[in-house]
Amino acid sequence: MKMTEEMKLDGNAIGGLLREIFTVEMTMAETTCANCGQANPIGRVDVYVHAPGTVVRCPGCESVLMKIVHGGGRYWLDLTGTRTLEFAEA
Amino acid sequence: MSSPGPRLLKWELGDLVELVQETPKVASLYLNVPAWPGHLAGQHVDVRLTADDGYQAERSYSIASPPEDRWLALTVERLDDGEVSPYLVGELKVGDKLELRGPIGGYFVWRAGDDRPLLLLGGGSGVVPLMAMLRHRASASHKTPACLLYSSRGYADIIYREELDRLAAANDGLTVHHTLTREKPTGWTGYTRRIDAAMLEEVAWPHDQMPAAYVCGPTPFVEAAATLLVGMGYQPIWVKTERFGPTGG
Repeated sequence: MKMTEEMKLDGNAIGGLLREIFTVEMTMAETTCANCGQANPIGRVDVYVHAPGTVVRCPGCESVLMKIVHGGGRYWLDLTGTRTLEFAEA
Repeated sequence: MSSPGPRLLKWELGDLVELVQETPKVASLYLNVPAWPGHLAGQHVDVRLTADDGYQAERSYSIASPPEDRWLALTVERLDDGEVSPYLVGELKVGDKLELRGPIGGYFVWRAGDDRPLLLLGGGSGVVPLMAMLRHRASASHKTPACLLYSSRGYADIIYREELDRLAAANDGLTVHHTLTREKPTGWTGYTRRIDAAMLEEVAWPHDQMPAAYVCGPTPFVEAAATLLVGMGYQPIWVKTERFGPTGG
């Protein structure tokens, strides 16, 4: 297994971070990949937390779904790779 | 109880009321968290430590206690080069306070009302959220058939060993299988290798029973076990996984 593979976590690891941003439980939120169209709950996506920010990838095609940076009192989200994000209201 | 609810996630303080050394490197912290809203088996909390100079480190730990318990229990493995776990296992004392927030997560959770046969695969301290599920099951009136396959390095590293023996001895539809990957003690009757297809064929529910599977452990363990289950005919959607990183302690 490659080093980067061993660094892989899943969306459960960012449940707290996403809850800060979206205020509701997000590991059951469904994300659709803008590249391959595969839909997955956040709990199932690949997550890498060893970059300066958090990188979320599609478990189907490995494209980047989201990049999240938090620091200096601000959040920065890049959702270019996410076609849709669907989640339950609180 | 335990509905996620419209509740902002806030940092709160828990009081450490009991500390149980589970193995030489692993301890369970029993916390009294005032106004704890309840949780589901499989959820986790974030723990935050703040140094005197203001530096903060945050880690996620699975909840080991079932929703029914009075105290919130976290079971933590001490990683010697970790930033947080050496404090939690080694320095924190009964009476100390710990900053945490939760419960977090809704994907890797199991409710006792789910009557599909339950398959739990745990590697090392990945057994912790699975133990919350087994404890939750033990207090439920209706008990779905359940099977735990638990991989540890050696006999002394098996977390909750005696409690697992007791749960299995209750003869209520739970079977517990151990495998040791680095040691073979004298008289050991369990497996002594990494989880493989032959082992799963022996212990796991066949796919035609449409089981619910939960796999938790280090990333290579989770990837291998989930792939083996799909190879046995499990639908990927039946297999929920939660990975630990190689660092993070």
